[in-house]
Amino acid sequence: MNLKQKALLKSLWVFHMSTGSCNNCDIEIIDCLTPRHDIERFGMVLVGSIKHADVLLVTGSVTRKCIPRIKRIYEQMPKPGFVVAMGECSLSRGMYINSYNCPLPLDKVIPVDVYVPGCPPRPEAMIAGIVKLIEKIKATSEGKK
Amino acid sequence: MAKTIVPIGPYHPLQEEPEFFSLMVEGERVVDIDVQIGYNHRGIEKISEMKNFDQSTFAVERICGICSTSHPFAYTRAVEDIIQAEVPLRAQYIRTIIAEGERVHSHLLWLGLAGHFLGYNTVFMWAWKLREEILDVMEILSGNRNNYAMFKPGGVRRDIKAEDIPVVLKKLDSIVPTLTMIKKAVMDDPVLQARTKNVGVLTKEKAIDYCALGPTARSSGIAIDVRKDSPYEAYDKVEWDMIVLKNGDVFDKVVLRILETFESIRILRQCLKNLPGGKIDMQITDIPPGEGIGTHEAPRGESFHYVLSDGTNRPARHKIRAPTFMNMPTYKATVVGETISDAAIILAAIDPCYCCTERMAVRDTKGKMLYNGEGLVKLSQEKTEKIREKLGRC
Repeated sequence: MNLKQKALLKSLWVFHMSTGSCNNCDIEIIDCLTPRHDIERFGMVLVGSIKHADVLLVTGSVTRKCIPRIKRIYEQMPKPGFVVAMGECSLSRGMYINSYNCPLPLDKVIPVDVYVPGCPPRPEAMIAGIVKLIEKIKATSEGKK
Repeated sequence: MAKTIVPIGPYHPLQEEPEFFSLMVEGERVVDIDVQIGYNHRGIEKISEMKNFDQSTFAVERICGICSTSHPFAYTRAVEDIIQAEVPLRAQYIRTIIAEGERVHSHLLWLGLAGHFLGYNTVFMWAWKLREEILDVMEILSGNRNNYAMFKPGGVRRDIKAEDIPVVLKKLDSIVPTLTMIKKAVMDDPVLQARTKNVGVLTKEKAIDYCALGPTARSSGIAIDVRKDSPYEAYDKVEWDMIVLKNGDVFDKVVLRILETFESIRILRQCLKNLPGGKIDMQITDIPPGEGIGTHEAPRGESFHYVLSDGTNRPARHKIRAPTFMNMPTYKATVVGETISDAAIILAAIDPCYCCTERMAVRDTKGKMLYNGEGLVKLSQEKTEKIREKLGRC
């Protein structure tokens, strides 16, 4: 495990991107920051720019207007970076599967590391998802060693 | 002085939803604003026409996560308008309870975000901590934190248990002291007053011109509220006051929402105490051809649904007008002339909800309609194929 990976495990900085979600997942994400769940005690911060972030948190069924923007944001993310798909919409498009404006699920647009299902996922589920991501980073880095 | 364009968005930490504002500024002053939306358009009206009347209730619930009661409420009222159905009394009360619970959580959410935009994170944390309590109440009543799935044409899907009512009343009692503390802290705070008083004023005349709705209109002195103007469900069976304020600045919008939260808690208490017995739904066998409209006072203003039935089990046309669609043009009246540092809070002051508002029609420059719904679907399918080919994935 090199220094970069070791640092990653301690504090993941998250950039949140809504790609046509109904606001529910977005609000539950902000809910994670507030006193009851308080995800900041694990060193996770919601940051304002993708260039500061380690994790790209995507919510919402990927709408047509958002597809080029998601790709661009993914390209701008400093690597190693991880993508977390949150909510049923970004996993499989959910009820928007027949919509004319939601052509692709998220993992056909950019590679996704962790999926958190739910409509919307509870804050506990989101924290569990991030813990799985940390375990994944640990496992891959130890595997490489 | 030369004009400068300050772009905000589409992915900006200011708000969680994607939207794009171009603020044209001269020095510090905003001289014009342009809003571009469409990032959230998901074609829900069309999806609703693919589903049957019962399924559409869940489809419209996912228009917006914060108003996840308002849209089903207006939709079920529209369907009941077609069949001229009278909902059982107990169902009416349960609907009112869920709608008011949603209003409390929505207003607290906005209050927190407003505090955050002003750089007043204490209010943000307080309000959202308090909001968790009301989400617990909603979880006890409906089983869900956000998408309640309580509504169906003809009644509600889930009954409120008698043993839950004392627990909920106790929770509501525990909210009130903290809310009073927040109210005092917000109303007496000199910094907050300096930041919000006489900022982003929407005069009564302008509010009428722009057809503002809900708290945006009520804070400008227009007494407009569907719950009072044409009472439905249990709103004429309980005592509550419509809050109307005069100035129309951001401060009034904050105060109005806090005071409305108290009114909502008042309605909730009365409804829970006087909950009548009886059935919670009625049998609806078929929906005759016809058209119906349903309205509901959502936390942001009047939400309007129109449903056309052709006698089959699906809506032939479903038209939705969300309150933000009417409130958004007021930006032209409020932001222009203010400094750019106040723009964020003014833009947030109408409690915008873009996921409710996104809509689409393709017209040429003379206003002629180029594509209708079917044409758009066809166009979209063709484009999907193109995108798939371009991405090289199936």
